[in-house]
Amino acid sequence: MGSPPILAVLAVIVAKALVVIVVLLTAFAYMTWLERRLISRFQVRIGPNRVGPFGLMQPLADGIKLFFKEDFVPAGADKVLYYLAPGLAMVTAFTAFAVIPFGPPDVQLFGVPLFQISNPNAGILFVLAVTSIGIYGIILGGWSSNSKYSLLGALRSSAQLISYELGVGLAIVGVVLLAGTLQLPEIVKEQSGFFFGFLPRWNIFVQPLGFLLLLIGATAETNRPPFDLPESEQELVAGFHTEYGGMKFAAFFVAEYVNVITASGVATTLFLGGWQGPFVDQFPILGPLWFVVKIFAFAFFFIWIRATLPRIRYDQLMDVGWKLLVPLALLNLAITSVIVLIWPSLGGGS
Amino acid sequence: MPIENYLILSGILFSIGALGVLMRRNALIIFMSIELMLNAVNLSFIGFARQLGDPTGQVIVFFVLVVAAAEVVVGLAIIVNIFRAKDTVDIDDIDVLRG
Amino acid sequence: MPTLNQIIFWFFAFTAVASGIVMITRQKPMQSAIAFLVTLLSLAGLYLLLDAQFVAILQIIIYAGAILVLILFVIMLLHSHSGEGSTSKVPLQRPVAILLSLILFGGSIYLFASTDFGVASTPPSDMGTAQNVGHTLFDKFILPFEVASILLLTGLIGAVVLAKREREDSSNDAH
Repeated sequence: MGSPPILAVLAVIVAKALVVIVVLLTAFAYMTWLERRLISRFQVRIGPNRVGPFGLMQPLADGIKLFFKEDFVPAGADKVLYYLAPGLAMVTAFTAFAVIPFGPPDVQLFGVPLFQISNPNAGILFVLAVTSIGIYGIILGGWSSNSKYSLLGALRSSAQLISYELGVGLAIVGVVLLAGTLQLPEIVKEQSGFFFGFLPRWNIFVQPLGFLLLLIGATAETNRPPFDLPESEQELVAGFHTEYGGMKFAAFFVAEYVNVITASGVATTLFLGGWQGPFVDQFPILGPLWFVVKIFAFAFFFIWIRATLPRIRYDQLMDVGWKLLVPLALLNLAITSVIVLIWPSLGGGS
Repeated sequence: MPIENYLILSGILFSIGALGVLMRRNALIIFMSIELMLNAVNLSFIGFARQLGDPTGQVIVFFVLVVAAAEVVVGLAIIVNIFRAKDTVDIDDIDVLRG
Repeated sequence: MPTLNQIIFWFFAFTAVASGIVMITRQKPMQSAIAFLVTLLSLAGLYLLLDAQFVAILQIIIYAGAILVLILFVIMLLHSHSGEGSTSKVPLQRPVAILLSLILFGGSIYLFASTDFGVASTPPSDMGTAQNVGHTLFDKFILPFEVASILLLTGLIGAVVLAKREREDSSNDAH
């Protein structure tokens, strides 16, 4: 068997990345639609239903509207950083998705797994690294706008992101200990099979506390309600993107929703068995479908709590992060380490 | 790529960092220049680790990261305190020993 | 015909040096910090070239994601007052500084050029992975590791003490 031509491999990789970007953009557009429709239902309103059937063309109309908005720069703004910030936010949001597997790695074309863009050895750490770069989009956007609301929003969000990243990181370490690897496809494979013959061997049943911590942390890291302090409308107008309009605002908006999708993807991969589901072994093509279903469940959950919970106060936010999330994550980590040490068969590590 | 290239790059970056420390008077930029010097040394450690095929050099970089983190936390707390007391971060204005 | 590795090396080397120079010459600390971010990212890229992917990721998570964000946080906190005074109190500071760092640069180049480093060894295939670095760390450096964690704890407590004393002062002022 000769090695496949390098150009074909490159073409497959580029096509893969393009397809994922297009799918993510579409998912972003319809997540805004879903969010507006669902929240309307929760609040006994109707929501956008004029453009197309069920208002399905609404995201397109929004996009066209934003595209024709005036492109302005606030007085006294730091121009370079002002333009750099939304781009940085959007690029990092897309990059983080690159290591998440959305299907079995056995499906290959020219030896390239089709259902994951890249599988570095550092795996899940890559997601953490990229999201930590994503903070700069928010900080720069807030600082360069030369506005006190933006600056306060950026200050809040950087403090919030640093605080919650710690808890999320520690919660993830529990799963990594069990799997004995950082690579996401391996972590998913680790979760195949059943407990007692019927319960899927997902990490959510092994690490319920870790799952809860990741869920809270992910909500905070994606600035979703009830942790949307950086852009709390009633206090800060719109937080770090107060001074942004048109397509630059759209870029921040895309970044926010893609981050939600990525966070759902990470949670699915680590705790809900990723692409696994009935009949995936026979028909690997079903993998992405199950993955999308699980992500959709998370998206629904995020929208649901937005409609349900009031925003918490800033000091409460910091208290939850440092005095609840981090100690509980440490406890979870300690218990997991002890269990893996006593029953090495549970952990994959040597 | 021979290791000399990496070492010379590391030397250039270290000199830039040293220049920043000597030339600038803004405490925050001096701080970042010190970090740049640490990073330059890290680069040569990684280069030597690759040259010798021994991950010990990478472990040392790990320790440098830990020390840098501790240093930044304490250093920034001191800078903020100085700023609150004297309303400046220009190190030329901070020339008395009593607070 | 340069190889791919060489192109990547020169690209990252050039960005690292250029952004380093930008960092020490900007007037606004915020712009310096962003230039420093570029330096950190290009160094992470060079680490990848040197088979150190775990350290490269750590570099981004710890340096770019935590340390530099903390510095940015302080810059935003001090905001408009964080510039430099107009005149230097030290005479001839700039020329002397440039001279001294050129001497340093020349000395280090001389040292590197006059040393024979031998031929590069072929690294093991798992060089620089999390497993490889982790085994080295916990097999050979377990005591330094514990000392490092104590150092971090000390730093943590030190920062809290420094910040806390300030808060008491300001509350006394208010009364």
